[in-house]
Amino acid sequence: MAAYVNRCSNLLVFIFILSVFLFVDSQQTTPVNEQHTNTADNPQPAAESATQTAEEGRWEATEVDEAALGDSAADKLGVRASDTFVLTPTPQPKDDFQEELVIRPLHSGDIYASFQFRTLWETDFMRENKVSHYRLFPKSLGQVISKFSVRELHISFTQGYWRTMQWGQPFLPSPPGAELWVWFQDSVTDVDAAWKELTNVLSGIFCASLNFIDSTNTVQPSASFKPLGIVNETDHRFLRYATLPREIVCTENLTPWKKLLPCGSKAGLAVLLKSEKLFHSSFFSQTVHIRPVCQDRECKTTSWELRQTLNVVFDLHTSGQGKREWSLFKMFSRTLTEACPLASSSKIYIDVTDNPQEEYFELSPATPLLSQAVVLGDRRTFSVYDLTQQVTFGTVRSLNLLIRWKSTEGDMLRPLLHAERYVAGYGLQTGEIHTVMYNNHPFRSFPVLLLDSVPWYLRLYIHTLTVTSKGKDNTPSYIHYQPSKDRMRPHLLEMLVQLPPHSVTEVTVQFERALLKWTEYTPDPNHGFYVGSSVISALVPSSVAMDTNITQEQPLFSSFFPCKEESSYFVRVYTEPLLVNLPTPDFSMPYNVICLTCTVVAVGYGSLYNLLTRSFQIEEPNPRLAKKIANFIRRIRGVPLLS
Amino acid sequence: MAAPLTLLLVVAVTIRAALYRSSLAEVIAERVEVVSPITAWKRVIEGLALLDLGVSPYSGDVFHETPLVIYLFHFLVDYAEITFMLADVISAIALYLAVKEYNKQVVRKKQKFALEADRYPQDCLELIRSPKEMLYIPLKVAMFYLLNPFTILSCVAKSTCGLNNAPQIITPHCFKISFAVFLCLATYQSIYPLTLCAPAMLYLMQRQYIPVNYRRASFWWFVVQYLFMYLGSLFVLICLSFFLLGSWDYLPSVYGFILSVPDLTPNIGLFWYFFAEMFEHFRLFFLCVFQINVFFYTVPLSIKLKDHPVFLMFMQLAVISIFKSYPTVGDIALYMALLPVWSHLHRFLRNIFLVSCVLLACSVLFPVLWHLWIYAGSANSNFYYAITLLFNVAQILLVSDYFYAFLRREHHLIHGLYLKKKDGSEATLVLK
Repeated sequence: MAAYVNRCSNLLVFIFILSVFLFVDSQQTTPVNEQHTNTADNPQPAAESATQTAEEGRWEATEVDEAALGDSAADKLGVRASDTFVLTPTPQPKDDFQEELVIRPLHSGDIYASFQFRTLWETDFMRENKVSHYRLFPKSLGQVISKFSVRELHISFTQGYWRTMQWGQPFLPSPPGAELWVWFQDSVTDVDAAWKELTNVLSGIFCASLNFIDSTNTVQPSASFKPLGIVNETDHRFLRYATLPREIVCTENLTPWKKLLPCGSKAGLAVLLKSEKLFHSSFFSQTVHIRPVCQDRECKTTSWELRQTLNVVFDLHTSGQGKREWSLFKMFSRTLTEACPLASSSKIYIDVTDNPQEEYFELSPATPLLSQAVVLGDRRTFSVYDLTQQVTFGTVRSLNLLIRWKSTEGDMLRPLLHAERYVAGYGLQTGEIHTVMYNNHPFRSFPVLLLDSVPWYLRLYIHTLTVTSKGKDNTPSYIHYQPSKDRMRPHLLEMLVQLPPHSVTEVTVQFERALLKWTEYTPDPNHGFYVGSSVISALVPSSVAMDTNITQEQPLFSSFFPCKEESSYFVRVYTEPLLVNLPTPDFSMPYNVICLTCTVVAVGYGSLYNLLTRSFQIEEPNPRLAKKIANFIRRIRGVPLLS
Repeated sequence: MAAPLTLLLVVAVTIRAALYRSSLAEVIAERVEVVSPITAWKRVIEGLALLDLGVSPYSGDVFHETPLVIYLFHFLVDYAEITFMLADVISAIALYLAVKEYNKQVVRKKQKFALEADRYPQDCLELIRSPKEMLYIPLKVAMFYLLNPFTILSCVAKSTCGLNNAPQIITPHCFKISFAVFLCLATYQSIYPLTLCAPAMLYLMQRQYIPVNYRRASFWWFVVQYLFMYLGSLFVLICLSFFLLGSWDYLPSVYGFILSVPDLTPNIGLFWYFFAEMFEHFRLFFLCVFQINVFFYTVPLSIKLKDHPVFLMFMQLAVISIFKSYPTVGDIALYMALLPVWSHLHRFLRNIFLVSCVLLACSVLFPVLWHLWIYAGSANSNFYYAITLLFNVAQILLVSDYFYAFLRREHHLIHGLYLKKKDGSEATLVLK
C-alpha cells in the first residue's frame, strides 16, 4: 500500500511538472491536462453524456484553480492577464474535439482505416474584432479564414487511386493529387486575388505545391460543388475549384497536417500516424474541411467545424508474409495507450457487418459494444472501442486490435455508382476522352452531375460530345460549358445525365493536342501531362432510410455530407486522372531554329531587295588583277596601257 | 470558249463531289497543311455548337473566323459542301474573266500602242505575245485553279480559305465601288489582303487613264476617293459584325489571333516552330519583325511595278502566302493559279526546274514526315520543320525567279533582246 501511495505521489509530481511545462508551452492545454489526470485518477464508467457534463464542470474548476494557484514566473503574467481579459467579457469559448478511427476489412484482403478528427468551435471569424484566443482550433487556419473571408474550405492530398470496384465507396472521396475548393463570403470583392493569395498561404501551411494553382487550372463549377455547411447563398462566382493531379503527397504534407490536431501526434489516435507506415500503403489521403455548421436543429447557433480526415488502405496481404492477419501494431507500428485528453469522444469502430457470427474473421480483444450507423445507403454494424474508458486498454494498458481471417470468401456489395475514364486514339494530333459511368442499381435510374476540367492544351471540341447509354443517345438535360482560353483558363464541362437502371453510360469528347512553347513543357515532357479527375456527384437511391437529422449524435464518418431526404444519399466519385502526351519540339535547338528560320526570311528579303534596288546592266568584264597591276606600273612609267 | 470552261467546271465539281463522298474527306480535313486554326471546318462547326449552347464563340480559343462566316454557315451549314464548291467555281470564273480582260488590255492597249508607235526594238518582236497564243491563257488559269491538288484538298477539307480566296480573286474584275467592297471583304477575313490595296488602286488608275504621278491632283483625288470607299466599307463590315454578335470580342479573337500567333499548331509556314522555340523575352520583337515583313514589301514593289498592277498583285499574293502567320495550301493555290498568265516569262526563268522539283518533293514529304513524327514516333519535330523550311525557300525562289524574269523582259523590251558589248561581242546582263 505504501509503495502504491509512493508511486502515486511520484506520478502526481511528475504530472505537475509536466503540466507546468505545458503551461509555458501553451496555456490552453494545461488545464485540460490537469483535468485528464483527474479523470485518470478516478475513472468513471458512467454514461458518456454524464461524463461529458461532469468533465466540463471539472474543467472549469481546474481553470479557476490554475488561475488562483498563480505562478511565480513573471513572464506568464502577461499571458494570464490576456487570458482573463478575453475570458471575462465573452463567455467561455465553446469548443469541442472528437476523434475516431474506422477500420473496415475489405474483401480484397486489404484494410481500410479512416481517421476522423473534428473540432467544433462556436465563434464568428467574420466579426469586427479579430478572434485572438484560440484553444482547440488551430490558429493558422483560423487566421486564414478571417483574413480571406472564407466560408468553406476543402482541401485534400491523396497518393494513389481509390479502386471503387474492389474497395467499395470511401467514407470521404478524394481525387489523386491535391484538390482544393473554397467558397468565399459574398463580401469578398476580388475573388480571384483572394484565391491567388489563399493558395499561396495554404501552400506554405501544408508544404505543398498549391502555389501552382493559377487561372489555368482553376474553374468555377456551377452545380457540382455546393456548400456543405450552412447555405445562404450559392452564387458560384464565390466558388473556386482546382486540382493538381500531379501533386505527390508525402511526409512533408503529413507533418503540418498533424500539427493542426489539438493533441498533435502526442496522444490519442494520432500516435498511430507514423509516416513510414502510412506511406507504405496502396492509398493514402489526408483532408481538411472547414465549414460553418448548425449546432442544433433550428440552427439558432452556428459554429465552425474543422474536420481532418486521413484515409489509408493497407495492402497487408502482400506485405504480411502470406499470413492473413493484421493488428494495429502491424499497420502502424504503434499501439494505443490513451485517448487524446482534449477529446470529448475518442472511439474506434470496426466494421463487422459481414461478420455477425465471426465466421469471416476473428476480432480480439472482443468488445461488447456494438453500434449501428447508416453509411452510404447501407446499415452497417460496428464494434466500438471507447478509448476514454480505461477498461478498453485492459490490464496491459495498451490496445492492440487484432483481426485474424478465417476464410477468404464473401463478396462485396457492388457500389451502385462507379466510373472510369481513359483516353482513346493514337498519335499525337487528336484523341478522345471516354468517361464511362456505371449504374448498378437493378431498377432505379438516377441523375448524376459530371464535371470535367480539362487544361487548355487539350482543345476540346464540344460538338463531338456524345452521351450514350444502352446503345442509345442520352441527351444531357443540362450542359454548362466554358471553353478554354490559351494560357488563361481551362475548359469546364458540367452536365446532368440521367443514368438508366443497370446500365453503362459513356461520355466521349474529342480533343486536339496543342504544341506548346518550349518553356511551357514540364521538365520531363515525354512523361506526359496530367488531366485532373472527372468529378461525378450524384444522389444515389438508398436501400435504407437515411438519417436527415444532422445534429443528432452519430459517428463522424457517416455524417459528412448533409442528407436532405431519406430515400437517397449523396455520393461523389472521382475518376482516374489522365496522362496525355503532347507533341514536343526539340528542346535542344532553339538557337538553330532561330538561325535557320531567320535565314529563310533573309533569303526572301534579300532576293526581293536585290531585284528591287538594282537594275540590269551589260556586264563589263573586270580586268584581272595582274593586268591591273601591270597597267598601274605602266601608268607610272608613262607607257600606253594594256587594253 | 464557254464550252471548255463548262467542261472544266463539270470535271472540277465531279472530282470534289466524289472526294466528299469518299473516306478521304475526313483524313484531308485533319491535315495541318490544308487547314489552319483559323480556317478549319471543325472549328467553324465548334463555333456554331457554342452558339447553340448559348456561349459566345469568341469566349474560347477554338473559333477564330469572322462573325460573318459564322452567320453565313448558320444558315448554310447543311449545304456546306455545295457552298465550298460554289466558292471555288465562282473564283475560277472570276479568274477566267479577269485574266481575259487583262489580256485584252495588254494586247489592245499596251502592245498595239507600242507597236504602232514603234517603241520596241526590232529584235524584240519574238518577245511580244500574239493574241493567238494568249487565247487559252484564261482557260489555263481557271484550270490551274480548279484542278490544282492544293485547291481540291482545301475544298474537300472545307477549309474556309477557299471562301477567303474568292473575294481576293473577284477584286480585279469589278468596278471601283465593288472593287473596294470586295477588297475590304478580303481584308476583313484575314487582315493581310490590306496590301492588295496598292495594286488595286494602280489597276483602276490604269484603266481610267489616270497617270501615276504624285504631283498631279487627279492622282491624289483618286487615292482619297478610293481609300474613303475602302475604309468606309471596312467600317460598315466591322460595325455589322458588332451588331450581329453584340460585342467586340471578335476583334482580339480574330485579328489578335492572326497577329500575335498564340496557336503553335504546325503548318507549312515559318511561324509555328520559330515561336515555339523562341526565348520569351525576344518573342514580341520577332513577332513584330515577322509581321512587318509581310506588309513591308508593298511600298517598294508598288514603286517598282507601278505600270504592271496585275503582276504586282501576283507578287503580293505570293508574299502573303509565304510569310503569313497561318498559311495553308489554299493560299498557295491562289497565286499559283496566276502562273499561266506569266507563261511568256519562261525563257527567262533560271531555276524553274529545280524549284518545281523541290515543291513537288516537299508536298509529298509533308504527310510522310508528319506521320513519322506524330504517329510513328520515329522522327521528331525537326524533320517536319526542315520540310517547311525547304518548302518556303522553294516558294521564295519561285517568286523571285518570276520577278527577275519579269524585270528582265521589261528591260529587253526597251533595250533589245540581243545585247552587244561595246566591242560587238555578245553581252551578258547582270544586276548592278
